[in-house]
Amino acid sequence: MSSLRWLLLKDLQILRRSKLLVALLVLYPIAIALLIGLALSRGPDKPKVAFLNQIPIGQSVTNVGGKDIDFARYADRFFDAVDPVRVRSRAEAIDKVKSGDALAALIIPADTVDRLNGGLGQARVEVIYNGDAVKQSYVRNTIDAELAKANGALSSTIRDVAVTDLKTLTDGGEITTPLGSQRLLGLRKARAALAQVLDTLPAGSPERAAIAAVDDFANQALIGLEFATPALNAVSKPIAVRATVLDGSRTPLDAFAVALAVAVSLLFIAVLLASGVLALEREEQAYGRLVRGLVSRSALLAEKILLAAVCSALVALVMLAGIGAFTGVDWGRFGQWVIAVFAGGLGCSALGVAIGALAREVRAASLLGLLLALPLAFLALVPSGAVAVGVYDVIRVVNAAFPFKPTLQALDAAVNGAHPSLLGPSLHLLALTVAFGALARLALRRF
Amino acid sequence: MTTDARGVTKRFGSRVALRDVSFSVAEGELLAIIGPNGAGKTTLLSILAGILRADAGQLSRPPREVGWVPQQPAVYGKLSVRENLRLFARLEKVADPDAVVARMLEQTGLGDRADDELGTLSGGNRQRVNIAVGLLADPPLLLLDEPSSSLDPRQRERLWEFVDGLARRAGTAVVFTTHNVAEAERWADRVLVLADGEVIFTGTPGELRAAEIEGGDATDFEGAFVRFLRERGH
Repeated sequence: MSSLRWLLLKDLQILRRSKLLVALLVLYPIAIALLIGLALSRGPDKPKVAFLNQIPIGQSVTNVGGKDIDFARYADRFFDAVDPVRVRSRAEAIDKVKSGDALAALIIPADTVDRLNGGLGQARVEVIYNGDAVKQSYVRNTIDAELAKANGALSSTIRDVAVTDLKTLTDGGEITTPLGSQRLLGLRKARAALAQVLDTLPAGSPERAAIAAVDDFANQALIGLEFATPALNAVSKPIAVRATVLDGSRTPLDAFAVALAVAVSLLFIAVLLASGVLALEREEQAYGRLVRGLVSRSALLAEKILLAAVCSALVALVMLAGIGAFTGVDWGRFGQWVIAVFAGGLGCSALGVAIGALAREVRAASLLGLLLALPLAFLALVPSGAVAVGVYDVIRVVNAAFPFKPTLQALDAAVNGAHPSLLGPSLHLLALTVAFGALARLALRRF
Repeated sequence: MTTDARGVTKRFGSRVALRDVSFSVAEGELLAIIGPNGAGKTTLLSILAGILRADAGQLSRPPREVGWVPQQPAVYGKLSVRENLRLFARLEKVADPDAVVARMLEQTGLGDRADDELGTLSGGNRQRVNIAVGLLADPPLLLLDEPSSSLDPRQRERLWEFVDGLARRAGTAVVFTTHNVAEAERWADRVLVLADGEVIFTGTPGELRAAEIEGGDATDFEGAFVRFLRERGH
């Protein structure tokens, strides 16, 4: 044990004097981690859209079946998704799009309210696009999504009016039409009145048969209208969504991005540090001197794994604490954070010493570490269904054979309480630590 | 006490690197191992140092009693001279590391550079630290693998004076390999000629010269050595 202590002290002294290397080793992974985290946690900025409302001032409110619909309210909702650039004419809107000041223009024609109100057909809005395919696609999707929301809200309002009118038709009451308000008797009351008349007529009376036919029609109309209300609901929102997550993370994307950013940093620091300090022993020619009785090969590997695991875990904890100072992470789970970062640090460091033992030179080890770490991080994020089944099976095997995915799972469980729990990934990481440690020990035979 | 190697054999796959090598070196003696490239010199030293394991043969000293100085300085460039010496003294588990470090700094004449990072020292000074590390545990046998190969003439002279002093004053047995046969002639008490993994000569430099003196230049030891090898088919 004392040999391990002196070797650890020596490596820390060397690291302390390699300030640039340590700075790069810490800053590079953190920069990558933050970029990935930001890309995942927040979407792109709102697109700038030139907006022209040609509906005359004061005429944005229409009345459908006695219910006021204010188009200005729907426009405000639209501005939640886009950054509006208000213009005064269609030509100015086109200029804004052509000049690149706006990615698109949305024009609401002056007759929109009249078309909705007066039954002139569908109301139409005009959208003008510019830019490259990616920008067009992005802004088109945004506008389509917001228009779909507006259509949904409008159709809900119209449905409510229609349901109220149907109820008035069956039960009686006031109804408002473009011709004005009228009082309706209602089908139920009409049938009651017809029943009273039928009771007064003698059997076999010819009037009785005619009135019975009218009563029958009223009855069938009532039955038919009973189905109309659910049918209207179905038309206004044909498909409702009930979401159930069977497997995988239930973590919100922002919180998952925290775990991902920390896991990426941990992977890079542990792999690069462990591989580098082991390969350095050979480059400094000290390896032969050390293993001729001063320290065993296994103890040397254990020291490198421990050093890299502790250093990477400390950086990961500092990152978590830093992120926690600005976001709503649960500090009550700190004990689990420690377990997760150390388990992840051990697994990733064991991978690092295996790389260092195979590569034998610091530069080759660093290159190999980078070449391996980046794809591992990206493979861990490939969702099922995004690739063919066979390819996904291969990805699952790769993810299970390397320590990044279990590190990510352990951190997600520790930081966000996600499924699977911390125990499974931690045991997985310990098994990988043993496996990569054994691989490194084998590789030392030709070190 | 004499250090003995008896019947040392080493194979790398089907290739025999050392075949039945036997020799001995006495206390305070300087033994030079010379031979062409690939003769097995470094392999023999690595076996004596305990880095490689022999397939057959016996050694009278365990690796812990042997000080080993590899060809390239096996020390850490980012540590100071003192830190390097202290690290290896602690790993060697010497009784009083600080006292041993102070003694080695004095012996190597590096006391004034003790706190300098090794990477800032000249090749000669790095090699002195390399040798000092090999001597930390005060071993009765010191192995030097081509110790002067990267040094300039002045540094070589200082190095050999230091090594000679170790043998003469401290009684350390020194076994070294070299390609510089003039160096072997000048500093070694005996030479061991190794070719294709076999010992083809053991004796004093004078005896080696005498073995090839007929028809040759009596003043050219290197020429005598080359002819000696050629006559024996190497």
